[in-house]
Amino acid sequence: METPDSVPGSLSLAALAGSPRRVRKERLISRVMFCAALVSVVVSALIIYALFSEAWIFMRDVDWSSTWGELGWFPRRGIYDMPTLLVASLWTTLIAMIVAAPLGMGAAIYLSEYARPTDRAILKPILEILAGIPSVVLGFFALLWLAPNVVAHIGGEGGRGSMLTAGIGVGILTVPLVASISEDAMAAVPKSLREASAGLGARNAVTTVRVVLPAAVSGLVASLIVAVSRALGETMVVFMAGGAADAAIRTYSPYDGSLTMPSAMASLASGTDQVVGEGLTFQSLFFVGLVLFLLTLGLNLVGDRFVNRVREQY
Amino acid sequence: MTFSTIGTVARRGANGFERKRTDVAGGLFKAVILSALVVSLLVLAVLLIDTVADAWSQLSTRTWDFLNGSLRSRSIDDKLGVKQGLYGSFWIGVFVALTAFPIGVGAAIYLEEYANKSRLAAVIELVIRNLAGVPSVVYGLLGLFLFVERSTIFGFVGLGWLADATGGRSVLSAGLTLAVLVLPIVIITAQEAVRSVPSGLKEGAYGLGATKSEMVRTQILPYAAPGILTGTLLAMSRAIGEAAPLILVGAITGGLTRNPELWDTSGLREKFTALPIIIVEWVSERGRDPGFSEAAAAAIVVLLVLVLLLNMTAILLRNRFEKKRG
Repeated sequence: METPDSVPGSLSLAALAGSPRRVRKERLISRVMFCAALVSVVVSALIIYALFSEAWIFMRDVDWSSTWGELGWFPRRGIYDMPTLLVASLWTTLIAMIVAAPLGMGAAIYLSEYARPTDRAILKPILEILAGIPSVVLGFFALLWLAPNVVAHIGGEGGRGSMLTAGIGVGILTVPLVASISEDAMAAVPKSLREASAGLGARNAVTTVRVVLPAAVSGLVASLIVAVSRALGETMVVFMAGGAADAAIRTYSPYDGSLTMPSAMASLASGTDQVVGEGLTFQSLFFVGLVLFLLTLGLNLVGDRFVNRVREQY
Repeated sequence: MTFSTIGTVARRGANGFERKRTDVAGGLFKAVILSALVVSLLVLAVLLIDTVADAWSQLSTRTWDFLNGSLRSRSIDDKLGVKQGLYGSFWIGVFVALTAFPIGVGAAIYLEEYANKSRLAAVIELVIRNLAGVPSVVYGLLGLFLFVERSTIFGFVGLGWLADATGGRSVLSAGLTLAVLVLPIVIITAQEAVRSVPSGLKEGAYGLGATKSEMVRTQILPYAAPGILTGTLLAMSRAIGEAAPLILVGAITGGLTRNPELWDTSGLREKFTALPIIIVEWVSERGRDPGFSEAAAAAIVVLLVLVLLLNMTAILLRNRFEKKRG
């Protein structure tokens, strides 16, 4: 008796397998796609390797007393006082959040709870334009407009940069970020909650404050965490408007100029066409980068967890 | 019935029974919230107006000369201009489009169509999400390590050939560094676009006997194209505006001796500068000569026109297709 796959006109196993050329081509394409996806993993690995390998040389060879308790950050003279950078980073980030949290969240609440759809269609793209403005532009604006017109009226000097000026600039930069994450969080709150609240006779404001905001709280926290991470890593605004060139004396006053972690890195790398100076200057760049990388990574992971919590809840 | 209409009905009902009571607290709350939005928009307006006003003296009298001028000192005012910066920024945009676009789209298609929710795919997604949050200076360090310095990995994998190929501190290195920087943006937006393709289209293609790659080519790519393009445009505008990685990779803040035409590829492995770098340099020189802040403002206007054109094209494209497909 003949086997089924040789019956003329019926399906055979060989026919179902498809032409071998086509199968080979498919396999090749899927491998190429896989390699494209792997690029990101390779990039991550390279970032981590580059940071650790150079930072390791710094940590091995540096005189640790020069990284803590000195009077400031003077990398070209071999003095790497980390508290100087950390204090400046804290101040600028704090000031940025004082600016960005109310503005960003307020804008998000208005867009999500009050604005008519037609207004939203206009207002949202405008906020997105603000999000697209390069940080050098904000740096210019902070130094030449905010400093004389705003900072000078709240106790600072108008003629030069300071941590306060830079902090406000960074804050403006993060407003759209806070607004968009907060708005997403409020959009995820089910309509039925609002309708139930309105049904009980609550006014729009009461519904917003007592129902929508508590329901979206993890997303709002996430927006702040991500914004803090963004502010910590912001380079150009602080580099231009932070009021310090390539070295900084440790200061605790936001009215003074200083260097944050990223702006210290940028100033180390700029000016000359090589990172030169005392022996470990090049490696110190990677050490500061590593500290910054670990801080922002930690914050982003925590922020992600908060965002996912909103998604899971509803 | 939407929420707002229910609210109005409810309020009207209550007003029918009581005397009309003005909602002071509610009105105040709305005013505070609205003022947050208004302040944000005002800042944007002041920023744009102030910059354009500062730039006016340069742009109104000699727009073309400013775009074409190569000299970056004010000693000979006629030659002051941003041409060398435009050259750098233009080619950075080209490299981002040439590398981040294909790799990003390939990765997105792998993750959405080929990976089948495997554990490996979950890891890759997590990595991409975290890469998107890495500060841009850190990418600058990666560029410095990878494309500029003759580094080795674990003491035996030499990367000197990469530095040789890019020419060290060059436009090529900068472009590749920024392509790596925006890769997560391209992947994430492309993934969203691919995810939005209706499964009916995919099943239809399979039903007609298409293989997976044929389905991707004939169904997914055409349907997702606007979304993918939007993401790529946003990525390019981000790359053109970035300055921090360029400083780390070694953009030149002084004048360049060479002054290549925009299409001249011979300058790609040479020392370079870019628009954002020129802005930083001019701002820092304003102490010497206040005229530099006007020049910086003019350079900002040029940069903003480029960045906002890319951004607005992207936003309009997205809104148009969102509306069309409802």
